[in-house]
Amino acid sequence: MPEPFKVLTSQTVVLPQKSIDTDQIIPARFLTTTTREGLGKSAFYDWRYKADGKPLAGVELNTVDAESHRVLVAGDNFACGSSREHAPWALLDYGFRAVVSTTIADIFTSNALKNGLLPIQVDKETHEKLLARPGAEVTIDLENNELRFGNHVVGFKVEPFARRCLLEGVDNLGWMVDRIVAVETFERENGLESA
Amino acid sequence: MSPNEPRTTPKTLFDKVWESRIVTPETSDAPGLLYVDLHLIHEVTSPQAFAEIESRGLKVRRPDRTFGTLDHSTPTLPPNAQGLRPYVTKQAESQVETLERNCAKHGITLAGWDSDDRGIVHVMAPELGLTQPGQVVVCGDSHTATHGAFGAIAFGIGTSEVGHVLATQCLLQRKPKRMRVTVDGNLRPGVSAKDMALAIIAEIGFGGGSGYALEYAGEAVRGLDMEGRMTLCNMSIEAGARCGMVAPDAKTVEWVRGRKYAPKGEAFEQAAERWLSLKTDDGALFDKEVRLDGSKIAPMATWGTTPDAGAAVGAPAPAPRNENDQRALSYMGFAANEPTTGHPVDVVFIGSCTNGRMTDMRAAANIMRGRRVKDGVRVLVVPGSVAVQRAAEAEGLDKVFTAAGAEWRLPGCSMCIAMNGDMVQPGQLAVSTSNRNFEGRQGKGARTVLVSPATAAATAIAGHIADPRAYAEEVAHA
Repeated sequence: MPEPFKVLTSQTVVLPQKSIDTDQIIPARFLTTTTREGLGKSAFYDWRYKADGKPLAGVELNTVDAESHRVLVAGDNFACGSSREHAPWALLDYGFRAVVSTTIADIFTSNALKNGLLPIQVDKETHEKLLARPGAEVTIDLENNELRFGNHVVGFKVEPFARRCLLEGVDNLGWMVDRIVAVETFERENGLESA
Repeated sequence: MSPNEPRTTPKTLFDKVWESRIVTPETSDAPGLLYVDLHLIHEVTSPQAFAEIESRGLKVRRPDRTFGTLDHSTPTLPPNAQGLRPYVTKQAESQVETLERNCAKHGITLAGWDSDDRGIVHVMAPELGLTQPGQVVVCGDSHTATHGAFGAIAFGIGTSEVGHVLATQCLLQRKPKRMRVTVDGNLRPGVSAKDMALAIIAEIGFGGGSGYALEYAGEAVRGLDMEGRMTLCNMSIEAGARCGMVAPDAKTVEWVRGRKYAPKGEAFEQAAERWLSLKTDDGALFDKEVRLDGSKIAPMATWGTTPDAGAAVGAPAPAPRNENDQRALSYMGFAANEPTTGHPVDVVFIGSCTNGRMTDMRAAANIMRGRRVKDGVRVLVVPGSVAVQRAAEAEGLDKVFTAAGAEWRLPGCSMCIAMNGDMVQPGQLAVSTSNRNFEGRQGKGARTVLVSPATAAATAIAGHIADPRAYAEEVAHA
């Protein structure tokens, strides 16, 4: 069950690269885990650490206060590639609660929403403003579908059901299990029952 | 069909399969419930899903529609004298054991270590006849689009959704937009489905398919055999599309016939009749149409760090259009306006869910037969499944590869995702038949060029990226 999301005010971390794929967010060699926890230390691992495991100098992700920087602003086509849900798990465990880009990959969006990480797609102009101001304070107001920073107010859209789940703490799987009778009927009517 | 819609509205292939699997329709407030015919699971994206449903006291609702295999974390070297498998870490071994335990506990068939059915999930499921036209197929793996080659709606899901399917056999979904990619004409000799896929992705762009379901159509697509269609659909995610499909035809029906889990006898004939009716109606509207001329596609190789950065083998890498292109060229060590064929190659990898099937093994072997791998090049050939391994060994292809100086390994994902210890070393240039050339995908600092199996084999011989057609002609004239 994800933590509910209503309104978040926090500073941004900016990663301007286009097409940051989920292999960058968490490299495959960290996927042998059988739990969801503790992946934040592996988030963007190859961008943050040298081959010997020592932190690279001058990398903001190693120095920034994650508690006060909970919004990631990333280049176009964010989180493309592999369907690994380890990507949102790693970002959340690192400390992010929202990601802002012009385009965010389909599977990542679905995975992120199920874990309480809010993916927000904005227009190019807004995106450029945010890219140009690393560390800016932004407010993400899911109740009003608004992103506010400086004197800017920008609307955004989140799939209505996912939005309700985040605002009200509705549990996806529980909601589906409540509809299991419809599934049984569908199976019966379509000859899909167990042999 | 809504009451206002005339009965004659032409439909796409995608629409027909989608509508047949809607349990409850989507509304403005909630997504629809989409029924899943076949749920494939592997060791990497399933453990947390089992833990989730167990913590709620839920059962696997349809173990008979769930099928497991071991592929991502598995070593491709044989066990040692004590029978121990050389796992990269204890954690990798424990992940495999977790799936073994979960499948045993929930009554799910697992193609495990001792099974002849084991293989990369997108190679073994079609081989076993688990994948059938008209199904909805899902797996916690983005290359699930592969199964769309059979006219199935097949897409990758996250681990939360793996839990949803285990518990309910359904997914919450909204219908994506539809895009048709038509490839006219015929591919020229020496040009394969992989080259077609790379050409299409270069045309659509890396994120260009985002939000769409693709249908591949046209003479060149119809001309592909089933393994080629799987290669083509496999790469749909590399254009950002979650799924890609090809309408079933006689080739599809004959490929499925007689396979282990396919219907038998009269049931098969009835199913085949239904499968052949699954095609896009004349006049059906797509949200987007893309058209390519198949006869103009050449063997392709990527020059950058996204799969859409493809160009004909021997063509110069482009002048950078932006900072990202510049970063990609610089990471790859390639120069703008110069061909990439001049650089010495360190590693060649032939395998993966994209190109680990029998036709891929044959295409590579045909070029490597009687030749030697260039000194200093490490070549790994990894069959996609035990069935491919056995068939290749029966034809003597393993001997062709090893005689040329390549390594012949056990089936698995291996160096495509590089999480089992099969890795490219930092800075090395790897020419690979896999599907992703992201920075570090095949190991930290690895530089990856995506190609077809024939181009990979020609590259192994030449020691630099090479056009396979020169080698194929020599074979033909020998």
